[in-house]
Amino acid sequence: MARIRRTMLFVPGNNPGMLFNGCVLGADSVIFDLEDAISLGEKDSARILVRNALETLNYNGTEIIIRINAINTSFWQKDLDMIIPKNPNIIMPPKIESKEDIIEIENYITKIEERDNLVKNEIKLIPLIESALGVENAFEIAKASSRVVALFLGAEDLTANLGAKRTVEGKEIFYSRSRVVIAAKAANIQAIDTPYTDINDEEGLIKDSKIAKDMGFDGKAAISPRHVEEINKIFTPSYEEIEYSRRVIEAIEKAEKEGKGVISLDGQMIDAPIVERAKYVISIFENVKGGRY
Amino acid sequence: MKIQNVVMAGSLESNDVLVTLRPTDNDKLFINLESIVQKQFANRIKKIIDDMLNEFNVESGDIHVQDRGALDCTLRARLETALSRAEEGR
Repeated sequence: MARIRRTMLFVPGNNPGMLFNGCVLGADSVIFDLEDAISLGEKDSARILVRNALETLNYNGTEIIIRINAINTSFWQKDLDMIIPKNPNIIMPPKIESKEDIIEIENYITKIEERDNLVKNEIKLIPLIESALGVENAFEIAKASSRVVALFLGAEDLTANLGAKRTVEGKEIFYSRSRVVIAAKAANIQAIDTPYTDINDEEGLIKDSKIAKDMGFDGKAAISPRHVEEINKIFTPSYEEIEYSRRVIEAIEKAEKEGKGVISLDGQMIDAPIVERAKYVISIFENVKGGRY
Repeated sequence: MKIQNVVMAGSLESNDVLVTLRPTDNDKLFINLESIVQKQFANRIKKIIDDMLNEFNVESGDIHVQDRGALDCTLRARLETALSRAEEGR
């Protein structure tokens, strides 16, 4: 069962208050950012602070993701040298455009794991796709390594690269969203949607999150703690979805006992994909709320 | 190591600490601590500062620590950053 990743909250890696409180804000995952949130002169400072946070704090089951600097900078290897030995759950490399990018990062992580006698392949990757080339190569990126557990679409850099205007409706990223979801699902991994950047527009956030969920994304990033609750709500199955999924599973179990191959529920044929979907809905529900309302 | 340049790390925001290192004329080591939790934690903070200065073999300098309620790991991080910057001559 894949881990539930409804919300990924970005936290600047050089802000101790936010870094140490990030795990109590309700997000399934927290991203400690060493990249865009940190100015060039403070890269060393953020890296050391994040390393110390990792070795000190108990994050109570919140998944910890470190966004390192891009591989075309002089910082990413220093980031990994310092962070990998502290065993974060996930490394998020930004501006990924090809499988070679992933292989380069994976090889470097493996070297550190061997050097420090760490458990191999335990630290996973969620590549950030935020350019036209990255979107074009999304599937090969998803399949580049068994460490890749999700693809993350970053719409701000992407629209800049496309020369498109970023809008509230998000038409300009419709194709990229579809492409990333299809690539991720074809590789049997998760897809995470770009954050909604207007912190004060709750209505827009809800609309944008619903679009992402309906398109097949498993979760969405947040740049403000205020967005976490709404995103969680939208990416948690509704009561109706859960009840329907339970009935699907009951119907299929009954049919199996009776030796029936094909069954129907409410006049609709229930086949393998519907059963898989129902099991997935139930598993999210059990993980999120312990299976209770 | 002797502190040769003025270097800083951290900030004066809550939960953080600003560490400022300055050279001294007389090759002596001064430690100046201001903390909002000084009454309760001064000894603990001083020990962390001493440990980090020993780790970096600091012989001389003016070490000014302005604490805004930082956790131990934050204080260590800011001291390490400042001392590493001093070592690199930044």
